[in-house]
Amino acid sequence: MANDHATATNVPVPYSTGDSAITETTIAEMRELAARYPVGRSALLPMLHLVQSVEGRVTPEGIEACADVLGLTGAEVSAVATFYTMYKRRPVGEYHVGVCTNTLCAVMGGDLIFERLKSHLDVGNDETTEDGKITLEHIECNAACDYAPVVTVNWEFFDDMTPQSATQLVDDLREGTEVKSPRGATICSWREAERVLAGFPDGRADEGPTGGKASLAGLRLARERNWTAPNGAAGSSNAAAAAESTVSPEAAAGPRPSDQPGKESQAVNGNDSRKED
Amino acid sequence: MLTPVLSDNWDQINAWQLSSYQRTGGYDALRTALAMQPADVVTAVKDSGLRGRGGAGFPTGMKWSFIPQDNPKPKYLVVNADESEPGTCKDIPLMMASPHTLVEGVIISSYAIRASVAFIYVRGEVLHVIRRLQQAVQEAKDAGFIGTNILGTGYDLDVVVHAGAGAYICGEETALLDSLEGRRGQPRLRPPFPAVAGLYGCPTVINNVESIASVPAIIKNGADWFSSMGTEKSKGMTLYSLSGHVTRPGQYEAPMGITLRQLIDLAGGVREGHELKFWTPGGSSTPLLTAEHLDVPLDYEGVGSVGSMLGTKALQIFDETTCVVRAVLRWTEFYKHESCGKCTPCREGTWWLVQILERLEHGKGTEADLATLLDLCENITGRSFCALADGATAPISSSIQHFKDEYLAHFEHGGCPFDPMASTVFATAGASA
Ligand SMILES: Cc1cc2nc3c(=O)[nH]c(=O)nc-3n(C[C@H](O)[C@H](O)[C@H](O)COP(=O)(O)O)c2cc1C
Ligand code: SF4
Ligand code: FES
Repeated sequence: MANDHATATNVPVPYSTGDSAITETTIAEMRELAARYPVGRSALLPMLHLVQSVEGRVTPEGIEACADVLGLTGAEVSAVATFYTMYKRRPVGEYHVGVCTNTLCAVMGGDLIFERLKSHLDVGNDETTEDGKITLEHIECNAACDYAPVVTVNWEFFDDMTPQSATQLVDDLREGTEVKSPRGATICSWREAERVLAGFPDGRADEGPTGGKASLAGLRLARERNWTAPNGAAGSSNAAAAAESTVSPEAAAGPRPSDQPGKESQAVNGNDSRKED
Repeated sequence: MLTPVLSDNWDQINAWQLSSYQRTGGYDALRTALAMQPADVVTAVKDSGLRGRGGAGFPTGMKWSFIPQDNPKPKYLVVNADESEPGTCKDIPLMMASPHTLVEGVIISSYAIRASVAFIYVRGEVLHVIRRLQQAVQEAKDAGFIGTNILGTGYDLDVVVHAGAGAYICGEETALLDSLEGRRGQPRLRPPFPAVAGLYGCPTVINNVESIASVPAIIKNGADWFSSMGTEKSKGMTLYSLSGHVTRPGQYEAPMGITLRQLIDLAGGVREGHELKFWTPGGSSTPLLTAEHLDVPLDYEGVGSVGSMLGTKALQIFDETTCVVRAVLRWTEFYKHESCGKCTPCREGTWWLVQILERLEHGKGTEADLATLLDLCENITGRSFCALADGATAPISSSIQHFKDEYLAHFEHGGCPFDPMASTVFATAGASA
């Protein structure tokens, strides 16, 4: 398995393609980001996310633009850009698909999912399909281990995946079928996602549930058995409010299994369907 | 048994919205706090016994009291929402379900240390959580909880949600500061400590998401209420995260000091037909424990007494189908990838650790390699610049301590004796990927 963990690509890094999409608007937005911080340089990470949303990768022109706005050299900006895994020097596809292969997910099936996707898409790690749709990458623990094995699309969660549900997911993405994250929004493009990370909200925060089955596991049990924290000085205002507006964990867990690729996590009823592939 | 406080509103309709949060008493604590002197807020948090939930367990109120209030420079609060320690998965669901719990905590904590700007440094790989945080901060601004002259008190505060870009080391607090200043995320020499010279050289408090999110409940219900839960030196309730080979993995909020036996029981037991082999108490950087340790109280002292650390309470459960050498190799590859390269023992050492472990996993090692591994670990631990390197050696030394025979079995077998399919969630007899 170790070999699979190397970055398998030897496609050369395109320097400048001469068709940079950075405009005056981009520069103005960079200045807007810098103004949000007591010291402008703090905006460099957000600015690089913005570059990726405009260019589809970190381009030499993007680096120069950041340097100009912040009064840095290109080398200083490059030194930062190359430090962080999320910044890509090669063009990223419309969808970035991440497969967690850190230990917990790997053991629970992430390694097999990654293998299956590599052969299904005919790409190596950190490579993009020929149609430019999907960039596949194995990722590190994404703070969702209670939903292992975990896959992400443009940094949205797909929980409790199997090799089969993962191939279905990438097929849907390639065919342009609308795909929703079971714990997030309708999947947008990677560039649109990068714009949100840069600090420009897209108004989709209200999509999706509060959490999936695992997030609510302890709370659901506490409710069933009437376990609460002790009453505090302020009294237990929560109990009353809870009685009035609590939804069932089933409803809170969001969309139904039938319309979800990451459907296993949505099987909130007692019967755990995780064992099926 | 379970004491939902932080997670108590997670089953409310649209819990992430301000209106829902306020329906369950949200932002009442802010009004209470703003009517107090800032120093009294610090005292309340001190008296509660709250200890940092980011791994090290440093008393939160004490950390706040180190901020030199006679220093004329601006003061900053930085929330560590980088959550990247393998196994750790509590802050992300908290911010997804109820970002206002954190935002309210940020405002109260900033007021206590008299900060004028607060930052929430959240890892970049969690798009929807970032959306919810951005919206929560905006809602709080619109409601007058953030901005100038908050609730007519004359207190001004700005809050910035800042997305990282993929680097585990940026969870280390001084690397986080460098990253937040727009640099490569590499740790800084301490002293000076951030409380004296942190962000932009100014006094700065850095706390974990769960630490800050615990503050509103403390202010609302009182320090005594908080310290009535937990054990003598580890107070309050906390989120325990169970993952891996248990029937119902997930978040279980309980008083400090619950045991793994109790938690696994609540989670429906170890995967049916299997038994516990090894587990991490607080992420991959905390030495592995075994079934022998099921009754250890999961508080700072209890886990410390058996040679590990409570860490982030990330309980990763592995049953007998899991190869410990494979598990440890993968974690080691992670540390090698995430080593920031600043110091030699870690940068070079993690590379060598991977080389040797690979050889062992593939059955090409010898018993002498095991000695070399332990020797390497000894030369890395405590001799590196930051705690990442100590974390890197923890799974190796502890696994050799508990499972030396399994390492040896790899030599005898000429490779890994385990079927990687057997440990997966979709394992069924005879099935294959
Ligand atoms: C390599 C490394 C990674 C860390 N990652 C995190 C993290 O993701 N989140 C976190 O809160 N603390 C992390 N820490 C601990 C922080 O350095 C710091 O102790 C903590 O944020 C302080 O907050 P607390 O006192 O509220 O626990 C990490 C430490 C190290 C050495
Ligand atoms: S121990 Fe590792 S991560 Fe920490 S400073 Fe040294 S090289 Fe960087
Ligand atoms: S190990 Fe995959 S999300 Fe944590």
